[in-house]
Amino acid sequence: MSEAIDAMNNEIGDIGTDYKYGFHDKEEFVFKSQRGLSREVIENLSRMKKEPQWMLEFRLKAYEIYMEKPMPTWANTELLNEIQFDNIYYYLRPQDSEKKNWEDVPEGIRKTFDRLGIPEAERKFLAGVTAQYESEVVYHSIREDLEKLGVKFFSMDQGLQEYPEIVKKYFGTVIPPNDNKFAALNSAVWSGGSFVYVPKGVHVAIPLQAYFRINAENMGQFERTLIIADEGSSVHYIEGCTAPTYSSDSLHSAVVELIALPGAKLRYTTIQNWSKNVFNLVTKRAQAYRDATVEWVDGNLGSKLTMKYPAIYLMEPGAHGEVLSIAFSGKDQHQDAGSKIIHAAPNTTSVITSKSISKDNGRTTYRGLVKVYPNAEGCKSSVKCDALLLNEGSRSDTYPTMEIDCENVQIGHEATVSKVGDEQLFYLRSRGLSEDAAAMMIVNGFIEPFTKELPLEYAVELNRLIQLEMEGSVG
Amino acid sequence: MTQPLFKIEDLKVSIEGKQILDGVNLTINAGEIHALMGRNGTGKSTLANTLMGHPKYEITGGKIWLAGQDITELEPEERSIAGLFLAFQYPIAIPGVNVVNFLRAALKAHRGGDMPIKDFRILLKEQMNLLSMQQSFASRYVNDGFSGGEKKRLEILQMAMLNPKMVLLDETDSGLDIDALKVVAEGINRTMTKDRGVLLVTHYQRILDFVKPNFVHVMMNGKIVKSGGPELALELEKQGYDWLGKETKHENQATAN
Repeated sequence: MSEAIDAMNNEIGDIGTDYKYGFHDKEEFVFKSQRGLSREVIENLSRMKKEPQWMLEFRLKAYEIYMEKPMPTWANTELLNEIQFDNIYYYLRPQDSEKKNWEDVPEGIRKTFDRLGIPEAERKFLAGVTAQYESEVVYHSIREDLEKLGVKFFSMDQGLQEYPEIVKKYFGTVIPPNDNKFAALNSAVWSGGSFVYVPKGVHVAIPLQAYFRINAENMGQFERTLIIADEGSSVHYIEGCTAPTYSSDSLHSAVVELIALPGAKLRYTTIQNWSKNVFNLVTKRAQAYRDATVEWVDGNLGSKLTMKYPAIYLMEPGAHGEVLSIAFSGKDQHQDAGSKIIHAAPNTTSVITSKSISKDNGRTTYRGLVKVYPNAEGCKSSVKCDALLLNEGSRSDTYPTMEIDCENVQIGHEATVSKVGDEQLFYLRSRGLSEDAAAMMIVNGFIEPFTKELPLEYAVELNRLIQLEMEGSVG
Repeated sequence: MTQPLFKIEDLKVSIEGKQILDGVNLTINAGEIHALMGRNGTGKSTLANTLMGHPKYEITGGKIWLAGQDITELEPEERSIAGLFLAFQYPIAIPGVNVVNFLRAALKAHRGGDMPIKDFRILLKEQMNLLSMQQSFASRYVNDGFSGGEKKRLEILQMAMLNPKMVLLDETDSGLDIDALKVVAEGINRTMTKDRGVLLVTHYQRILDFVKPNFVHVMMNGKIVKSGGPELALELEKQGYDWLGKETKHENQATAN
């Protein structure tokens, strides 16, 4: 586990009967690359995006690294090796340019986002929205008052066009292309994602949201997100994602880089709900400087195989990092998730809370690292992993790694694995709850530390999704 | 309306093939409080859990009737909705589920729909006050980190909210100091009506100073071996259970003869 990561999955997916986002539209595009990845695909993509020369060079260098790096030899290699890289479409441009009004988005795509509830959520409780369809952001907006305060929230592509100097300064600094094979792949062929810059002292009180939708079969989506919270600022960014259910696989491989400058507070919330034919191999990493706080709130429900280990580098004294995650794994799914915290400076603190639920022989893995550098006196870290199994054939594994090279530190770790208890079920049933309702209540209680950190609308949605997944699954 | 509220007929129960209850008979009419006494391990808790429908206990013979309905084969939730309530000896924790949400869900199941939130809050507050419970109690997780007294109070609170016809109290007095015992006993007495039946399982006389039974039964080796009035409990307090053992043996021999 010396690398930071991401993941994928595979296996003949049971087509989720209750996955309500599994619909797909007729493909709409102004350009679609051939299957497979090559220098030409990358050059063509970069030219269409009218990118500066340095970005093209960055991509091509990353492509070389990607070709050289072997596949991971750890985690679920059996599933990983099922990915057919030559069968993937690496770039699909759905419309000519990104829009600021939903009316200008092609009707089919607009209707999809309507069904996903994005425009409605935007009206009700979001400060800004990025909506990505296949490879490109098709719609983007930010509230005027935030724009006036200097908050920059763009698609990554537009951010590169408008603020090349900021992008050049930070892009790829938190996660360099040679970090791992999938970071290299993303660096070579990235498209879409968000660019956020919050100026010094500005507090963005309500969340910004990005929504990622894959529509085409065998699609590869490689969004790239860079968020910079300048000194003393705060921001909460939320991402959601879904895809149609197909019988063959798609690949999602994002890179997300967060930078929290001194005194900033940055929270990044993900609700990953891919269909069960998506390999989800994502690299997420943050740097937190003096007295800054970074929080990853990471929910994984969908996909065939997820490999994702959000990381926080605590760079300067007083920095604080938290990773709060849930993984929900059903039939033919493997959620291999966890987190990495690097205490690179004295008096830094971290908390990792991981909750996993396995049902219908699903599989979850917690894979984590806490590393304390030799000079990092006075650090504190606490790691808690709880797994809940809903049937006999479900499986959960925990691989917590601790590399502590400093003596004067406080590190705590605890892990539990439990089954939904017969006595708990009986207790609730004796009060009139059906067996399903009782199991649901136990599961909801189990993940309550996670849901209570979500904005209300998302907590309600998450509970509803889990309820759908849970129906008839006790046994 | 002469049918009994609750009737246990020749009930036989096994756990994993081992017979625990060996033909229990008991009839409880509305308005009556029955105490079931006996040493540990005589089958009292098995009886309470079986009556509530615990899946671990296999009924190998006999029947259970509630208000004229045969509930022997019903699921626990169906028994609950039919009006049966068990106050557990060891209430289990449900981490992450707070008392309010738990009670709302239970009431919803019983009523077949949500109670207006305002009415629910008024009812809950009133019942909690009567049990000397702080309001903050409602937002704690069910039985999670509760003291013994808090757990038993929550059982009584649930009973008060669900208003069952027939109440089974399994060692509700165990682990309580005298003040907590009084509060719990008061809760049982206060909610007692002429329409309710109570079966109070205990192996101490102590709670019977506060909750006055109409009838007392003694259980041994999976059977009720003696029944009587409240004076039987006092006799047991004085003499213990040994004399009963002998008496029973004689009776058994007499029967065998």
